[in-house]
Amino acid sequence: MAVLVIATHDNASLKEATSKVVSAAAKIGGDVDVLVAGENAGAAAAAAAKIAGVRKVLHADGGTLGKQLAEPMEALIAPLAAGYDAILFAADTSGKNIAPRVAAKLDVMQVSGVIDVLGPKTFVRTIYAGNAVLTVESSDPKIVATVQPTAFKAAGEGGSAAVESIAAPGAGKATFVGEEIAKSDRPELAGAKRVVSGGRALGSAEEFQKVIEPLADLLGAAVGASRAAVDAGYAPNDYQVGQTGKVVAPELYVAVGISGAIQHLAGMKDSKVIVAINKDEDAPIFQVADYGLVADYKAAVPELEGELKKVLG
Amino acid sequence: MKVLVPVKRVLDYNLKVKVKADQTGVDLTNLKMSMNPFCEIAVEEAIRHKEGQPNVAGSHYKAGTVTEIVAVSIGPDQAQETIRTALAMGADRGILVKVDHEVEPLAVAKILKAVVDAEQPQVVILGKQAIDDDSNQTGQMLAALLGWPQGTFASKVEFAGSKVNVTREVDGGLQTVALDLPAIITTDLRLNEPRYASLPNIMKAKKKPIDVKTPGDFGVNVAPRLKVVKVTEPPKRQGGVKVKTVQELVDKLKNEAGVL
Ligand SMILES: Cc1cc2nc3c(=O)[nH]c(=O)nc-3n(C[C@H](O)[C@H](O)[C@H](O)COP(=O)(O)OP(=O)(O)OC[C@H]3O[C@@H](n4cnc5c(N)ncnc54)[C@H](O)[C@@H]3O)c2cc1C
Ligand SMILES: Nc1ncnc2c1ncn2[C@@H]1O[C@H](COP(=O)(O)O)[C@@H](O)[C@H]1O
Repeated sequence: MAVLVIATHDNASLKEATSKVVSAAAKIGGDVDVLVAGENAGAAAAAAAKIAGVRKVLHADGGTLGKQLAEPMEALIAPLAAGYDAILFAADTSGKNIAPRVAAKLDVMQVSGVIDVLGPKTFVRTIYAGNAVLTVESSDPKIVATVQPTAFKAAGEGGSAAVESIAAPGAGKATFVGEEIAKSDRPELAGAKRVVSGGRALGSAEEFQKVIEPLADLLGAAVGASRAAVDAGYAPNDYQVGQTGKVVAPELYVAVGISGAIQHLAGMKDSKVIVAINKDEDAPIFQVADYGLVADYKAAVPELEGELKKVLG
Repeated sequence: MKVLVPVKRVLDYNLKVKVKADQTGVDLTNLKMSMNPFCEIAVEEAIRHKEGQPNVAGSHYKAGTVTEIVAVSIGPDQAQETIRTALAMGADRGILVKVDHEVEPLAVAKILKAVVDAEQPQVVILGKQAIDDDSNQTGQMLAALLGWPQGTFASKVEFAGSKVNVTREVDGGLQTVALDLPAIITTDLRLNEPRYASLPNIMKAKKKPIDVKTPGDFGVNVAPRLKVVKVTEPPKRQGGVKVKTVQELVDKLKNEAGVL
């Protein structure tokens, strides 16, 4: 058995999701290799080599891989599949973009958003916004899957895998034009230990920034949002937590002015401790909240900040 | 140009599923089915590139960019209703590929490839995700089978000569790619707001043609690759307590939950 994990990285640094997917790979069993495909991604490849339990790092570097577009990534990964029984990606926007292309090329039905590995071909995932849990057994000769990183503990460090260079593919029929990536000092939403999310109740982008961001900064938390808040332009699209946004599972999730629609719950109900602040005592969010405060956020959030300052020092 | 829009019939997004007691699946009996919301966005996008938006200043939608919209659904007889919805919104004709059981994305992609080979569209616009299986695969698989470029999770689509520029919702923000046509696009939530079909358009849609086919017509084997071992309820999260004051909340977070 051998499993190939496709690394999540931004060339400069490796994302923690990679170590979590390595844990999922270890549960499948056999040797675990990591592919780092990027442009000037030597640092990310070196970091991958340190993950405990990794046999070998494959490092493909070149201009066509700088943005990890799906077309060159498919051209790179599909031929590598011959040496592996399973190929795993993180279920982030990059993994979701690339994995199905590889699966189709190999004539394999992909398993999306794996939350547990029960055997080399048996996986658990959720459907219907997390309202049903599906266990499937694949009859395909190979496995191609995306893994929900929040469902696995990160593999430790201490490995010293060899890094092997492999050739980068040529350009495909898509070219990178540009990007708007927000720079922030806050932790990244997907892997954050604490998250503060705001909903439609906030009413404007200014109010969202005035209320949610200081609370998040006080807690050292990442900022999230409901779809309603994103659609209304109060928060950027990549803040959306939920069935069709990001899945988070922090130690502390604070939902401010969010009703708790099933699509939102799908993205945060595995958080360790959930706090909800909502003025409607019947809001569904209270059914999942460990601590619910029925209050107008306008009074409650400033007060909360005051109390937190005392406790956090 | 011709656009193909695959539309899936799914449980209405407002409804919650019940898992069957025998753990073989979910119970959809007598529940309202609707078009997958991401597919509605796909249909709307195709229509806007056909009609243009004459009353919207600065709109990047130009009338006549798209000349024909074909809606395809793979599903049971009732999936005709989903196609009719697309026709009522403004699609021109439909194709139903009749299958009575759930078809996996890989097989859907193979059927769609065969439809593309027959219809020769320049663009296929799909939803990014079906809200029942939450797979998020079909468009990317179709792109690989066709050897076409893809712009997934689109929040803006601009046609420019022999290319289409797609702005994508990615982790961290937005990314724009230029794709050579023909190309695959999958829709994200912020691409547009789908219209409701008007009554006259619903009436007109009844006269638009729907071709009925089977997977056999395309030589596609739809046997599932993933065997369902079981379907269960998610673990129930214990609802907690309501706190009366902010002080009590902070005290509990610190001393009871230990998360501060
Ligand atoms: C295909 C599809 C995909 C979707 N994907 C997602 C997703 O990924 N993530 C997601 O979040 N949603 C998603 N949704 C949307 C989801 O169904 C809900 O519409 C959305 O989550 C609601 O956002 P909200 O809770 O902010 O707004 P609302 O439901 O309007 O709730 C606002 C809440 O604020 C409270 N409130 C108002 N004023 C105050 C105040 N002053 N103080 C305190 N509380 C106040 C109200 O009591 C209410 O409970 C999706 C929907 C569809 C159809
Ligand atoms: N049975 C189907 N019939 C038509 N289109 C489908 C079908 N299944 C999936 N699709 C298309 O593929 C998209 C993504 O679905 P999925 O990959 O299942 O999440 C949907 O939004 C549809 O556009």
